[in-house]
Amino acid sequence: MWRDAALVAGRDLRIEGRSRVAISQVGPFALLVLVLFAFALDPERGVLERATAGLFWVAVLLSAMLTLGRSAALDEADGVRDGLRLSGLDPGGIFLGKALAVAAQLLALEVVLAAGVIILYDAEPTGIALLVATCLSATAAVAATGTLYGALVSGLRVRETLLPLLVLPALAPVLIGATRAFESALGGVPAEGWPWCGLLAGFAVFYSLAGALAYGALLEGS
Amino acid sequence: MTAIAPDPTGPGRSAAASGPGAAGAGPATTGSPGSRALGIAALAAVALATLYGLALSPADVEMGDLVRLMYVHVPSATACYLGCFITTAASGLWLWKRTPGWDVLAGAGAELGLLFVVITLVTGSLWGRPTWGTYWTWDARLTSTALLAVLLVGYLALRRLDLDPDARSARVPILGLLLMPNVFIVSRSVEWWRSLHQRATITTLHPQIEGDLMVALMTGFLAVTLVFAWLLLHRFRVGWLEYQAQRLDLDQALDARRSEAGAGASRPTGDEEVAK
Amino acid sequence: MPVVHLSAAVALLGRFPALAGVDLDVARGEIVLLRGPNGAGKTTLLRACAGLVPIVRGEAIVLGQDLRRNPRAVRRRVGLLGHATGLHDDLTVGENVRFWARAAKADDADVQAALGVVGLDGRLREVEVARLSAGQRRRTALACLLARRPELWLLDEPHAGLDADARDTLDSLIAQAAAQGATVILSSHELDRAESLADRAVDLVNGTTSPVAPPAAAPAEPATPVAPVASERPDAPPEPGDTPAGAPEAPAEEAHHVA
Repeated sequence: MWRDAALVAGRDLRIEGRSRVAISQVGPFALLVLVLFAFALDPERGVLERATAGLFWVAVLLSAMLTLGRSAALDEADGVRDGLRLSGLDPGGIFLGKALAVAAQLLALEVVLAAGVIILYDAEPTGIALLVATCLSATAAVAATGTLYGALVSGLRVRETLLPLLVLPALAPVLIGATRAFESALGGVPAEGWPWCGLLAGFAVFYSLAGALAYGALLEGS
Repeated sequence: MTAIAPDPTGPGRSAAASGPGAAGAGPATTGSPGSRALGIAALAAVALATLYGLALSPADVEMGDLVRLMYVHVPSATACYLGCFITTAASGLWLWKRTPGWDVLAGAGAELGLLFVVITLVTGSLWGRPTWGTYWTWDARLTSTALLAVLLVGYLALRRLDLDPDARSARVPILGLLLMPNVFIVSRSVEWWRSLHQRATITTLHPQIEGDLMVALMTGFLAVTLVFAWLLLHRFRVGWLEYQAQRLDLDQALDARRSEAGAGASRPTGDEEVAK
Repeated sequence: MPVVHLSAAVALLGRFPALAGVDLDVARGEIVLLRGPNGAGKTTLLRACAGLVPIVRGEAIVLGQDLRRNPRAVRRRVGLLGHATGLHDDLTVGENVRFWARAAKADDADVQAALGVVGLDGRLREVEVARLSAGQRRRTALACLLARRPELWLLDEPHAGLDADARDTLDSLIAQAAAQGATVILSSHELDRAESLADRAVDLVNGTTSPVAPPAAAPAEPATPVAPVASERPDAPPEPGDTPAGAPEAPAEEAHHVA
């Protein structure tokens, strides 16, 4: 299964690298969201600084919608789904591979956004260990959940509108947890943030298992 | 919950096992002696609850007459959770047993869940306005209830799509299975989060209720539960009839296609329908 | 033991009975041609043999696997060349074939050989699929199939989009594969070419291999079941497909049994 996952992750990332949409469009979109927040919320330093953690993760989630949509679209291409069904690849492996590819893209995106908030919102990174751990676990959670929900709506004409409607409420706990952890790291008490990080990790494990189990059945439905 | 006796004359759950013969006779109504009795009981319970809620029980010491909203609000919230539970359980059973009745039940449960979550939110808001001066506040219960409403809307949106049966049979139940875990995780997270921001000035939506007020609350529970059961029964039966109507189509379609083939041998090829 | 055995098979596309009662027996090493007008269900039949479309009634045994119970078991062992190519536009020819080959646990030697056979192992190997012509894409898809070395080839109008040379290559490939023990079922509108290639032909009309004759028409002649007839003379009229022994009404009755 892991071998299949590596194969699929490689494919997904190779396609993204070739088409460069992630770099040239999703990244700028994420930064644009940060800028829009600055327009909407009086850039008098106070508001943006206090809200940095939340705005960061909202930007991540919105950008993740694009990333997840593209991940799902990869397999909607003419005949690819049939090919996957015929290939003998383990469906759980396909799921994990896709989720890993999404996670890799989101992590890269978060690095860019981190630079963005440091520069644009004057954030001061403290509690680095907690920040990194939160990013890893929250990203895993978003990638696993999003890949599963992406499969739920893959191939449907209304995928683009239905995916956010289904996955964002499910990701609400991730937003809550990641934001609280970041708040603790950025000038709060880091010790308070670790339990939230634990929640995120548990969430990621749950959805990884659910996705690996369900992906086979979802691949079959046309 | 009240027991719903399967009715021999109506397409109750036991009809799932009967063969194509029973499918031919479509009943004109989803009513049955059992459901009518249930309906009467539900009406009586609603009348009783109204009586107690509005007249016979005293106003609360702290909240005044507003507490009467609680007699609807609290049972509705419970009914909503019940609907979600039914959806998830039925989705799981549908995946396991593949009996179509479970899929119908899952849809019915979600629709009722949505109905009652809206009632919960509206009564909660009406209660909140005079109490807090605002229609909405981000306390744990309201927030997670609102998210629950969105989860249900999403699930019903997926159901509403016109999908191939193959696609439906995998996607819809898996989303249904995820419903209760989502509800659970979301409400736990939100409560944990909001508990970090205790504000003494905000009173909870669930004050201590005793004595006569408790009686009124109990009648509210009874009424809501019976209404829920009655609605569920009928919604299930309607859904079941829809499903059976679709099944009849297959045999007819098979016959039509095959006889087309026989007649088509002597017809120009331009008449054949494009199936691909 | 036939490689493919279908009896009164019914398959649905959504709620539409794309296959409304198909009888088909194919032995190992045979090349069978599916004929029929558009919409007859040829594509569905090929996909059903690949285990992609569930059979809801009747019997369906492919490569020894009961498709009604476990359709996934055959998939690795068949090769389907359909209308859709299954290629990733952003990847090159080589990357596509390598991905699908590795997914099927084939190795790079098979990839190289497959690309060589279809003539894409030169400069074109490093070209992105999006920039290829339709015929080149078809050849790439064919290479993906070849690299898997399937026991059963299911080809849906494989000649479409190929030039004359490529068609000849494909035909010799098919003949060679059959000679080496693979079984081939193909559908084609290029009846001249395909009928000389195939061992026999099966007619599919409106989802059945044995249409229900209207009462006024003459009943179908009962032919000997499953008699592969090699067409020796290239310009001989095509032989009728295998019709099941028995009355034309039989499939309609069978379908009403709860299978």
